[in-house]
Amino acid sequence: MTTQYKQVFGRPESLKDVATHFCPGCHHGTIHRLCAEAMDALDIQQRTIGVASVGCSVFLYGYFDIDVVEAPHGRAPAVATGVKRVRKDDVVFTYQGDGDLAAIGTAEIIHAANRGEAITVIFVNNTTYGMTGGQMAPTTLPQQRTSTSPTGRDVANDGYPIRMAELLAGLEGVAYSTRVAVDSPQHIIAAGKAIHHAFDCQVKSGGFSFVEVLSTCPTNWGMDALKANARVASEMIPYFPLGVFKDAACAEEGA
Amino acid sequence: MIQDFFMAGFGGQGVLLAGNLLAYTAIEAGLNASFFPAYGVEKRGGAANCTVVLSDGDIGSPVIGHPSTVLLFNPLAAEKYYPQVKVGGFCLANSSLIKDLSIRSDIETVMIPATDMAIEAGDARLINMVMLGALLGRNQIVSLDAVKSGLAGILPERNHRFLPMNNKAIDAGFAFTNR
Amino acid sequence: MKRLFVKGNEAVAMGAIEAGCRYYFGYPITPQSDIPEYIAREIPKVGGVFIQAESEIASINMLLGASASGARAMTSSSSPGISLKQEGISYMSGSELPGLIVNICRSGPGLGGIDASQADYFQSVKGGGHGGYRIIVLAPDSVQEMYDLTMLAFDLSDRYRVPALLLADAVIGQVKEALVPHPYVAPADLPSKEWAVAGKQGRSDQRIVKSLYLGDGELEAHNWRLHAKYEELKKHEVRFEAYQTEDADFVVTAFGSAARIAKSAVMMAREAGLKVGLLRPVTLFPFPEQALSELADRGIPMLCVELNTGQMVDDVRLAVKCRVDVAFYGRAPGAGSLPTPEEIFKQIQKNMAAKL
Repeated sequence: MTTQYKQVFGRPESLKDVATHFCPGCHHGTIHRLCAEAMDALDIQQRTIGVASVGCSVFLYGYFDIDVVEAPHGRAPAVATGVKRVRKDDVVFTYQGDGDLAAIGTAEIIHAANRGEAITVIFVNNTTYGMTGGQMAPTTLPQQRTSTSPTGRDVANDGYPIRMAELLAGLEGVAYSTRVAVDSPQHIIAAGKAIHHAFDCQVKSGGFSFVEVLSTCPTNWGMDALKANARVASEMIPYFPLGVFKDAACAEEGA
Repeated sequence: MIQDFFMAGFGGQGVLLAGNLLAYTAIEAGLNASFFPAYGVEKRGGAANCTVVLSDGDIGSPVIGHPSTVLLFNPLAAEKYYPQVKVGGFCLANSSLIKDLSIRSDIETVMIPATDMAIEAGDARLINMVMLGALLGRNQIVSLDAVKSGLAGILPERNHRFLPMNNKAIDAGFAFTNR
Repeated sequence: MKRLFVKGNEAVAMGAIEAGCRYYFGYPITPQSDIPEYIAREIPKVGGVFIQAESEIASINMLLGASASGARAMTSSSSPGISLKQEGISYMSGSELPGLIVNICRSGPGLGGIDASQADYFQSVKGGGHGGYRIIVLAPDSVQEMYDLTMLAFDLSDRYRVPALLLADAVIGQVKEALVPHPYVAPADLPSKEWAVAGKQGRSDQRIVKSLYLGDGELEAHNWRLHAKYEELKKHEVRFEAYQTEDADFVVTAFGSAARIAKSAVMMAREAGLKVGLLRPVTLFPFPEQALSELADRGIPMLCVELNTGQMVDDVRLAVKCRVDVAFYGRAPGAGSLPTPEEIFKQIQKNMAAKL
């Protein structure tokens, strides 16, 4: 009797066959993969345009096998607006970090969401500026030490971490807003479904969809991969609860 | 041939409409024209003035330092712009409002009770048409009829019911200076 | 074609739509709001898109996105808003994206005022944002040119993949004059936009619009390539008007509204028997260095007139390389500070007398 082998797991078509530059324990690679899996499953790779932001994820085009426009810091939702208005039948998504989306780009994300632009936004929240070396981000947790909050974030001086998924859910223009994490197999499966649903929302009902993904930054947190991964559940999820905050226009297609 | 005109008053007197109409009529008549409105920060009230340059050739500057034909609608405009009229030029001043003008001897000044004439024609706001008609009475760079049909051209259809009273005001102004 | 009586700002909007621009992104600011108002009304009729963005920054980045997608697109603003757009203009330059930016310049610095000004000359022609780049700068001086140069700006911008700026001011934007609209005809040799993102659509190669180059030598090579394009522009795309310069003993240089005022002064000088001409740059970048240099070869002294305290005069002086005197007359922008033809005529007389 001969053994038959069937491949049950592989690299998504939408991802290139290259090693990433991300630090060990960083969640970007996982989130990239989930996005690529959604593109494969929805069969949209050939009509997807990515808008890269400034930060560790700027090299989007290095990993995704799709057309990409690079946006100035924080401006990805505005750039994506321009792209989508021209390429109405294509699928357009931005991939942004917390400094990019929730600090310098606050106006752009709020207004793109409020216009109900038919784009998908993947928001990677790791509570710090990764590429510039671990400065305080708009999502840095109270008391969290960063290179620009060396004694810990002081809310009296620095204000509070912003909960973007909840904030955007309050806007009429938003079809779908959710927060997920990728720190455990269950969470990864749920995150994959959410990202799939977000893209599907854009494809099927032309709505604005937003997925906030809690993520690690072991290097700038000064932790090893496992400790960083554990921090997501112990410190981040209590402040940034997981869940769906809005699922309006595309509720019927919900995962 | 190149001629310049300057009109000044306050918002609501239709200064800009008069200038616009003169330039539009000239363009319809085959001349070149520029109409430059001075605008203030305020949306209502405040000073309003405009410069119109008409030519059968090139038009250089759309702004003129010392205009040769000047229409003054109110005392403030008179105070500011009467001294600016080019030597040898012509000035039409609204005597209904401008009372104490010390007449220059180096230009020709015609005082016209334009506001009173406008009220007589049906509405104080017709002062711009009285002044424009009076200008045409002295200077037929465009014809009276051309201006009247020009007005029909620039006024939106819904305001065409006002054309007869506007034409009456133009005629009154024309008759005043073309005696 | 029928002659229309049109405001300068509206002529820009008409020219843009005629040239096939179907995407406009902007934010209200005096004295250019006639442009978005006209486009908001007219562009939907031809299937176009008008977005009033949340800011000037968002507007320029929407333009970046639309342009990266291969569309003819534009934004317009006035000086303070153009300052905000500089970030996006730098990125567009680095990403080699075409696109039209209109600046109906007003006075500054800061909030300044709403009067006509040419004080954004340096910002326009020297690369207004970071990183060292040039953009195509066209300076219309009439309503007709507002229309014509808007069309040309799109063509040049598409051909060279360099952003184009139409630099006018409150005078040329607000003045109404005769306009003869004419159908837009695209140059037959305009290259197709094979670099624009479109979804891969089965292509094996990815299309990437970017300005980030981190590899050894990559960015330097990129910059030299951009520089070579600017040199090409200087070689092939200089445009200027020479008015009565053939027999001139003295030449006034000015652009845009200042050139219109100066032209009247030149007419006055001619009437007074003075042989005066006007050299009006139509393209501010590329600058008509050669034409000015040839006037200098003839030993002709010049007077540069601007609605600022002296900016283009630097470029005129560079072009003539100290061979002739270049005087300057400017009025700092602000309420009631537009120079008159008479004023400039006096300057001509003064400077010519000094030469005799």
